[in-house]
Amino acid sequence: MSGTLVGRWLDSDFIYSFRKSWIAMGSALVVFVVLVGAVFAHQLAPHNPFDLASLDLMDSFKPPAFAADGDLSFPLGTDDQGRDILSGIMYGTRISLLVAVLAIMFSLIVGLSVGLVAGYLGGAVDAVLMRIVDVQLTFPAILIALLVDGVVRAVVPQNMQERLQLYVIVFAIGISLWPQFARTVRGSTMIERNRDYVMAARIIGLSGPRIVLTHILPNVLGPIFVIATLNLGIAIIAEATLSFLGVGLPPTEPSLGTLIRIGNNFLFSGEWWITIFPGVTLALMVLAINLLGDWLRDALNPRLR
Amino acid sequence: MFAFIVSRILQAIPVLLIVGFISFAMFAFVGDPVTVMLGQDYTEAQRVALVAQLGLDKPFFVQYGNFVWRALHGDFGMSYRLARPVGGLIAERLPATLELALSAALLAVAIGVPMGVFTGIRRNAVLSRLFMLFSLVGVSLPTFLIGILLILFFAVQLGWLPSFGRGEVVQFQHWSTGFLTSSGRRALILPAITLGLFQMTLILRLVRSEMLEVMRSDYIKFARARGISQRSIHFRHALGNTLVPVITIVGLQLGGLIAFSIVTETVFQWPGMGLLLVQSIGVADIPVMSAYLLLIALVFVTINLAVDLLYFTVDPRLRSGGKR
Amino acid sequence: MGLLDVIDLTVEFPTRRGTLRALDAISFEIAPGEILGVVGESGAGKSLTGAAIIGLLEPPGRVAAGQILFDGKRIDRLSSEQMRPLRGRHIGAIFQDPLTTLNPLISVGRQLTETMQAHLKLSDRDARTRAVKWLEDVGIPAASERVDAYPHEFSGGMRQRVVIALALCAEPRLVIADEPTTALDVSIQAQIIALIRNLTQSHGTSVMLVTHDMGVIAETADRVAVMYAGRIAEIGPVRDVVLSPGHPYTQGLMGSIPALDVRVDRLRQIDGSMPRLGSIPRGCAFNPRCVKAVALCRQERPDLMPAGATLAACFVAADLAATGRV
Repeated sequence: MSGTLVGRWLDSDFIYSFRKSWIAMGSALVVFVVLVGAVFAHQLAPHNPFDLASLDLMDSFKPPAFAADGDLSFPLGTDDQGRDILSGIMYGTRISLLVAVLAIMFSLIVGLSVGLVAGYLGGAVDAVLMRIVDVQLTFPAILIALLVDGVVRAVVPQNMQERLQLYVIVFAIGISLWPQFARTVRGSTMIERNRDYVMAARIIGLSGPRIVLTHILPNVLGPIFVIATLNLGIAIIAEATLSFLGVGLPPTEPSLGTLIRIGNNFLFSGEWWITIFPGVTLALMVLAINLLGDWLRDALNPRLR
Repeated sequence: MFAFIVSRILQAIPVLLIVGFISFAMFAFVGDPVTVMLGQDYTEAQRVALVAQLGLDKPFFVQYGNFVWRALHGDFGMSYRLARPVGGLIAERLPATLELALSAALLAVAIGVPMGVFTGIRRNAVLSRLFMLFSLVGVSLPTFLIGILLILFFAVQLGWLPSFGRGEVVQFQHWSTGFLTSSGRRALILPAITLGLFQMTLILRLVRSEMLEVMRSDYIKFARARGISQRSIHFRHALGNTLVPVITIVGLQLGGLIAFSIVTETVFQWPGMGLLLVQSIGVADIPVMSAYLLLIALVFVTINLAVDLLYFTVDPRLRSGGKR
Repeated sequence: MGLLDVIDLTVEFPTRRGTLRALDAISFEIAPGEILGVVGESGAGKSLTGAAIIGLLEPPGRVAAGQILFDGKRIDRLSSEQMRPLRGRHIGAIFQDPLTTLNPLISVGRQLTETMQAHLKLSDRDARTRAVKWLEDVGIPAASERVDAYPHEFSGGMRQRVVIALALCAEPRLVIADEPTTALDVSIQAQIIALIRNLTQSHGTSVMLVTHDMGVIAETADRVAVMYAGRIAEIGPVRDVVLSPGHPYTQGLMGSIPALDVRVDRLRQIDGSMPRLGSIPRGCAFNPRCVKAVALCRQERPDLMPAGATLAACFVAADLAATGRV
């Protein structure tokens, strides 16, 4: 039974197009490597950049190992504090990914709820909710995230800010991304709502929430998955941008964006590796996620091929 | 057509009022403007006087009305950080941002559209694949990283172009322009590329996918069946139909440029509104933030209106009063 | 030799699950001034035949074998640029849906002048005069004013008249009309068909009229080809195909048309449906649905053979004809 299921899965158009696309395979590999490096940063990283005792200022500003005066124990060099860049990247990626994934989950839950309610109830509720979506969609997500971040900063007491900053960022980015989910879910919900099987469920007297959760929800998840993948890249960039602007994660919890911001100070004095390696990691990761998202969208939408 | 414009303006008003309300709510309730403006030492009498002066003792909707009224006259209150009127601060920095955004927009359209048309027509050519790869890199690279890379290469390594600031500017009344001096133009190059690249790749991908869609349409097939030349099919028959959706998105994107300039201005220390906003967010300078939000909303509404008007020149179906 | 000779034309679509043969060695000819009707169910390959002739097969579809000769010269191997001067000038096309075949952003006059000037040496003024003339000829009222109107300002039937003017304005010698009335109101269909017939007759233009409406064919065509599952099942003069069809499939088609003068309780229908391209049965493609099928029909694929006054791809019909027991 399971054998034939796996066989069918491997023979499906979906897997076929995956195996045929070296871009999709390569992207998946990059994502996998980055993911492993980030999730197991504590186990795999050669140094712990947060362990102040192990830092030695004598190690500061070491160039990458392949340069003439590089040091093999610091493969990608060190920063001004003598922290290992590679380890910093692995810990930083972990934080970047954590924020992005949490933000996407947050925006997905908000967008899904709003979309289901608007699509299922229709009428005035729908009109009001979609108007809000329209207004927010006219503004770029990064601007919304910046302003939400700024407002929350003004509200949260000074002494709590550093501790709460991660959640503030998740909230800010999540709030900036929900409308797209809401709009898509609402569209699919309206289509599903008028299908015969939903009518039938209503006639046998199932309650509204129950119909939405058991009958409509499973049918609107497909496109949501694609949007989530494509938005993951946007969320990662948003977090990095906020951190780069100095209104994101603090240096005590450095994400990739924070690392780039710190490294940017040394660009003119020639220590390019401090900012370039985190930058390249960020770019590669987002590129791979975008490529996967693009491929996923095309694979699920044969008309565009 | 006149009725159409009026209806669009009427539609824009609620949007502006909603944004204005959010902006007001930020201004009035987030943080405490009175304590911030009074500083450390003040008497109760001073406090009451300031509260009265700001109208904070009035009912809520009166305050909102006053806020809108003052905003209409360019009065957005005082910046907490710089202790200067926000209206003046923004007016000072507006030219820098607008010149940057305009240059980036021209760059994005002038390069993005032809690349999109080419990749749409010859989707399998090597050059098309290169363009698509370029567009993916452009979409995936965060703006600030592009800026950093450009600075590293053209300013630090090659020393060809300045890495920050606006160069020399010439002052006309309230407007300062960098277009007229060579150092101003040189300073503009890297920021404009940085800001325009993302929009350029978006335009490229959009034009391409619209082009592919149109090229599959029946009227293109029929034009082929009549022996119309390739050139005319691509540029007269297909491109025109591509433009209708492209104008919408590009219009909205150009509004986005002003918002995105926040990042570019920070990287290049460009003395515009974006840099002002970032500095204000860092210290929760609410009046600046709320004024910025209002201004951006106004820009978007204006652009939307301009986009709608452009439709009239492109699509005859709208010109004849919307009957189909 | 006809104006158009199609010889063993085979069109294939490569897919990852193997190559699909959409047209299987079909042959026919169209004489100058003749109207050939092509009928069949959707998916039988009628429209594909037209697309192959005018060189506008959608990739990955391709002509895999056979020849298409126009005026004695092969046109199936021409590149798109070599084919362009023929399209519109020598072979015109009328498409199905007038709502989507006209470019919405270009006025009808400009679409006409552009088409004529692509092929004929005409000044702008002459081209415009001719455009107005063509609009008059296809029955657009107040043509000299309407010439600058855009497609959305015309009704569906009027738009199809514009499409006909566009197809004929460079005076081609052959017009491929692909379901020209299917998308129109029934009340307008007859007018459009009459317009096509009259205009082509007065210009001596040959027509390949693709339709699934047997009634239209019976009224309009000189000869008719019946297609089934990518092959020609029967071809012959329209009178003979309608009145004494040889192929059981054609007989079934004719049986499904109600006659006005005979009262029947129930129209005849053909049981089953046409096979999909990937699963065409061995032997005659029609054999699973055929009431007259014999063992041979399940083994070998019949070619077109004389069956009375027509040619039919049917062993039974050919046999009957040969032994004289019609």
